[in-house]
Formats: sequence, structure tokens, C-alpha cells
Amino acid sequence: MSRITVSEERCKGCLLCTLVCPVTIIRQSERINQHGYKVAEVPADDMAKCTGCASCATICPDVAIEVWRGKKAKKAA
Amino acid sequence: MTKAKTAPKAAPKAAAKTAVKAAKAAPAVKSVDASGDELVFTRPEAMVDRATHYCPGCHHGIAHRLVAELLDEMELTDKTIAASSIGCSVFLYNYIKADTVESPHGRAPAVATGIKRARPDKFVFTYQGDGDLASIGMAEIMHAANRGERITVVFVNNTVYGMTGGQMAPTTLIGQRTTTCPGGRCKDREGAPIRMAEIIAQLGGVAFCARGSLDSVKNIRQAKKYMRKAFEAQTTGQGFGFIELLAGCPTNWRMTPVAANKRITDEMIPYFPLGVYKDLEADGTCGSMIAPGAAGGEAGGK
Repeated sequence: MSRITVSEERCKGCLLCTLVCPVTIIRQSERINQHGYKVAEVPADDMAKCTGCASCATICPDVAIEVWRGKKAKKAA
Repeated sequence: MTKAKTAPKAAPKAAAKTAVKAAKAAPAVKSVDASGDELVFTRPEAMVDRATHYCPGCHHGIAHRLVAELLDEMELTDKTIAASSIGCSVFLYNYIKADTVESPHGRAPAVATGIKRARPDKFVFTYQGDGDLASIGMAEIMHAANRGERITVVFVNNTVYGMTGGQMAPTTLIGQRTTTCPGGRCKDREGAPIRMAEIIAQLGGVAFCARGSLDSVKNIRQAKKYMRKAFEAQTTGQGFGFIELLAGCPTNWRMTPVAANKRITDEMIPYFPLGVYKDLEADGTCGSMIAPGAAGGEAGGK
């Protein structure tokens, strides 16, 4: 299953990733990291919608996002 | 004797070639987790795993990552010497795993010239902002480009002096408010914003010159292609490589990161058209020959 992992230590809450997600599953969480930023997150229920396109990671200025792409998504593409 | 001497030399060379092949093959094997998912995006090897000092939404992080990705992909990391500038990007050496020389304000192309001439086997690039390159460093960049130094310049244009507190830069747009033009930049008083990519493209020694933007995924991917060509202009010995990147400065634009990103699209790109301005490799056309922002951004010559 395609998914992303957001490093909560690195995320600065700029929310550029929320602009580019084609399935708009990334949102701002209520969690505040040690620098005082509200980090981005993908709700657990929505993670299945992730296509593994890596758009969020491409625009992330802090390289806080890692993208895993599932085999099924690859075949479908 | 001669034969005996050459034989042992040839053997290590062959061994070295095999080692290089092995090294090339290694990155192709991507990480796969227990469920068979493939890691398709992670931090490039050439980028240090630490938090940057940049403000939230600052595009310097993206520009750093593009540089690091290309150093990885072109296998240049070990033979790179960077010349960093003064400005927010002053701490480049904290984030890129390459030896870096800290240059005086605006003088990175002059420093890079010295490095490249002393060590022509090294890959030398400078990373400069618009307050550094287009203002105090205008003389250095113009002459380094005109001499055709085999260096690459990564120019990040965010239309403002970032580090010193948001003063007006030569690239500040008409009407943009900064701390030194609080009423907005006025064309009659301060002149029109300088378009560096267009200027550099006119100079004789330039092999590749383009302008990309970091405001959207599509533009970032295109900017990386331009940057690769600017790097190749040096690695193939063609001449000077120049890449301008339009970036945002949410803090000094007094905007949220999302609004700043939108400003690049709405205000900066219309004034600073994206595209290739000079590409010796393609057809040697220059400047006005190319329709800015043409599809694919390649040199048109139509």
C-alpha cells in the first residue's frame, strides 16, 4: 500500500504539501512539535487513498516526507 | 621494462572500472519493506540529515535538495567544491556534503573562478541569492559569465534581502513593499527589477542559462532538468552554466507560506518568464530567439 511518513521533528507546518496532494489527504494536525510548529499529517483512515505520487515530498522544503509506493499502485499505473 | 611497467598499471584501472560499475548499480537497488512497498522518495545522500535554519515555507530547502539530488545522480559529491554566498544560504555547508568555501558578499563567482583554475578536475558551483548576485556581486557574475569560466551558478531569486531583514533587492517587483521601500518599489525612483537570466544569456562564455521556479511540483521537476543541464555545461567543458530559481520568502513578504507560494505563480512568473534562455548544446540560439515559457521550456528557435 502506498503511504507517506512525515518526520514530525523536521516538519515546519508550512502546509505546501497540502496544496499539491492530488487526493487532498494531507492536513494540519493539532500536534505541536518541539519547535512549536503544528505538523502535517495524513489521517489513518485516508492513508489508503495515497497514490505514492511523491508530489508532497517534492515540494517539501524540509525533506520531512518519505514516500513508499505499493506494488498494486504501480501495476495500476 | 616498458611492458612490465604498463601491465600492473592496467590491472588497477580495470579494477577501478569494475568498482565504479558496482557503485553505479548500488543506488538502483531501492529499499523495499516487509510488505513489498518500495521507498520512492527519501533524503538524497548528499544532503545532511539535520533540520535547516530556514523559515517555514522557504524554498531554499527545495533548491538545496535539487542540488544534492543532482550531485548524487551525477556522482559528483566527492569531487565538488562549492562557493557559498552571503545571505540566508550562507550555511550551505551545513546541509550539503561537499567542501565549501565561504565567499565575501557577492564574490562567489570570483572565488569559484580561483578554485576551478587551481583544481580544474573538481566540480565547482556557487549558490547565491538575489541580494548577493544581482546587487553587490553584479560585476563578478557578469565577468565570470563573460569569461566562460567552467563553473555553475545556482541563483535563488526571492525578490528581497532575506537574512538582513527584508530590504529592497534589485529584483524586488514594482509595488512590492519592503523595509527600505515601505510605500512599494517605484519604477521612477528605484528602476525596474533586474532580469538576470536574460542578461546572463547575452554573454559570450555562457553555455547554458535558464530560469525555473519552485512553486509547484511541475515547475520543480522542470527546474531540476534545467539544473542538470547547467551542471552538464561544466562537466562536459562547454562553458558557464547558470540557473535562476524563483523562490518565496514568506517571512519578509509578510505572508503565510501558502500565500507566498501563490505570489510566485501570480506575480513573479509573469515578470520573470520561465524557460531556457541559452543552450549551446541545443542549437546555440540565445535570448530573444527563444519564446520564454514555451512548452517544455526547450530552446525554440522557431
